[in-house]
Amino acid sequence: MSNKNHHEKIEKNVGLLGIFVIIAISFGTMVQITPLMYMEETTTPVDGLTPYTALQMEGRDIYIREGCNNCHSQMIRPFRSEVERYGHYSVAGEHVWEHPHLWGSKRTGPDLARVGGRYSDDWHYAHMMDPRSVVPQSNMPAYPWLAERKLDGKYTARKLEIFRSLGVPYTDEDIAGAAEAVRGKTEMDALIAYLQSLGTALK
Amino acid sequence: MSSFWSAWIIIFTLVVLVGCFLLLTWNLKNFVGVSEDETTGHEHDGISELNNPLPKWWTYMFYITIAWSLLYLAAYPGLGNYKGFLNWTSSNQGILSLAESEQAVIAAREAGMNVQLDREIARADEVYGPVFRQFAERDVLDLAYDPEALRIGQRLFLQNCAQCHGSDARGQRGFPNLTNDDWLYGGSPDQIRETLLYGRKAAMPGWKDALGEQGIREMTAYVLSLSGRTVNQRDAEAGKANFGMCAACHGVDGKGSLAHNLPFGAPNLTNNIWLYGGSAADIEESLVKGRYGEMPAFKDTLGEDKVHIITAYVYRLSNPEQK
Repeated sequence: MSNKNHHEKIEKNVGLLGIFVIIAISFGTMVQITPLMYMEETTTPVDGLTPYTALQMEGRDIYIREGCNNCHSQMIRPFRSEVERYGHYSVAGEHVWEHPHLWGSKRTGPDLARVGGRYSDDWHYAHMMDPRSVVPQSNMPAYPWLAERKLDGKYTARKLEIFRSLGVPYTDEDIAGAAEAVRGKTEMDALIAYLQSLGTALK
Repeated sequence: MSSFWSAWIIIFTLVVLVGCFLLLTWNLKNFVGVSEDETTGHEHDGISELNNPLPKWWTYMFYITIAWSLLYLAAYPGLGNYKGFLNWTSSNQGILSLAESEQAVIAAREAGMNVQLDREIARADEVYGPVFRQFAERDVLDLAYDPEALRIGQRLFLQNCAQCHGSDARGQRGFPNLTNDDWLYGGSPDQIRETLLYGRKAAMPGWKDALGEQGIREMTAYVLSLSGRTVNQRDAEAGKANFGMCAACHGVDGKGSLAHNLPFGAPNLTNNIWLYGGSAADIEESLVKGRYGEMPAFKDTLGEDKVHIITAYVYRLSNPEQK
């Protein structure tokens, strides 16, 4: 057997094979992901973008905790069918301060990328307490406990600090006042505040 | 995209494609010193391994995919800033505001770009645009009795309004009934259109601090008495004495802001139609907590032409007979 058979070395050495696989995959990452993290087009916020308020930030974490993103996407694709229903298609600049983004990939319920302002606070409250009370054919679960549980604001300032370290322009006042801004509010208030903020920057 | 990232993407993409090609040709070479279809010497349980070449059909498919990818990258955007010879793109990118988005549509058209989304919308506008424009030119009072306009209006209503007002438009607690000709902001076509386009926001403050517990009970009695309910007369009299603070929005007679041509959306308290329930407990809750009903604006979501048709549909709900 000739010693020119280098392929045999890869076949018989799983560690080496692993390294080559990683190299092969990272080419895809380098082309598709790396530029997006640095390109001006994908890191410039849209004109009206504001960082989440303390209450909205808590609402966002409740959105994640309750797994809303498992059934609701936040990504309007550039198809007429979606643009007609949900509004302008999502753009990169709307999501530059999202860590992580909550685009989701499953739409059991409707897309929420531009749900902000679409319904009144009262509607969201009624809908979260009992979705069937406002949308009879809805299969969304009810989340009545959100109205009872109060926020203590223990980690709110820390969350804002972490976001600031990731490049979100929070001021010292924002962080200092974070706990006070959410104290006494319910999780329902926070979630509704978050939902009402979604997609309102691109106006 | 800056030329650095453009070059980065182009180089790595081509390196991968060339790499795939080299890997394939390298794998087609025979390094093992055993001619094709001969045994390699490996044998287990009487089964011996032959030195078979890659199947021809598979190999050709590999070459075809490489050729296809080059063709694809020549035709469509993919290689950095290169736009592809078809000038195709899914949507306008790099938008920072809606105004920029509108400009981008025009700019793309002038540059001869083939923007998929813009084309879809333009094609739909060719079909549906004339229908909506034809309705847009007609008066709401006329459209409200046009069966085709009403059919379109009903679909738009079911998609956009029924979540709050119900599919029968009879509303529910906190969301007004649109069929009973009792209006908060007015039921003329112009008023309905304004409500739809720009939304409405009511703000009844809570009165707990101002009135106190006793005062809330008395005011509840007076409010109930306005619609002819039997109440404790002494409480009602005491409530009436404080009604001045309510009269600013609901009017001295309690007939609501609309009866006095005011734009507050304060309901008529005398007609036994209740937005938040008409029991003593419901009224007390309204007085204690306040009410902040809100109708969202639909100008941006639907546009004026669709709002025009929904206006006619909503107008018709409480005006079944043509005047």
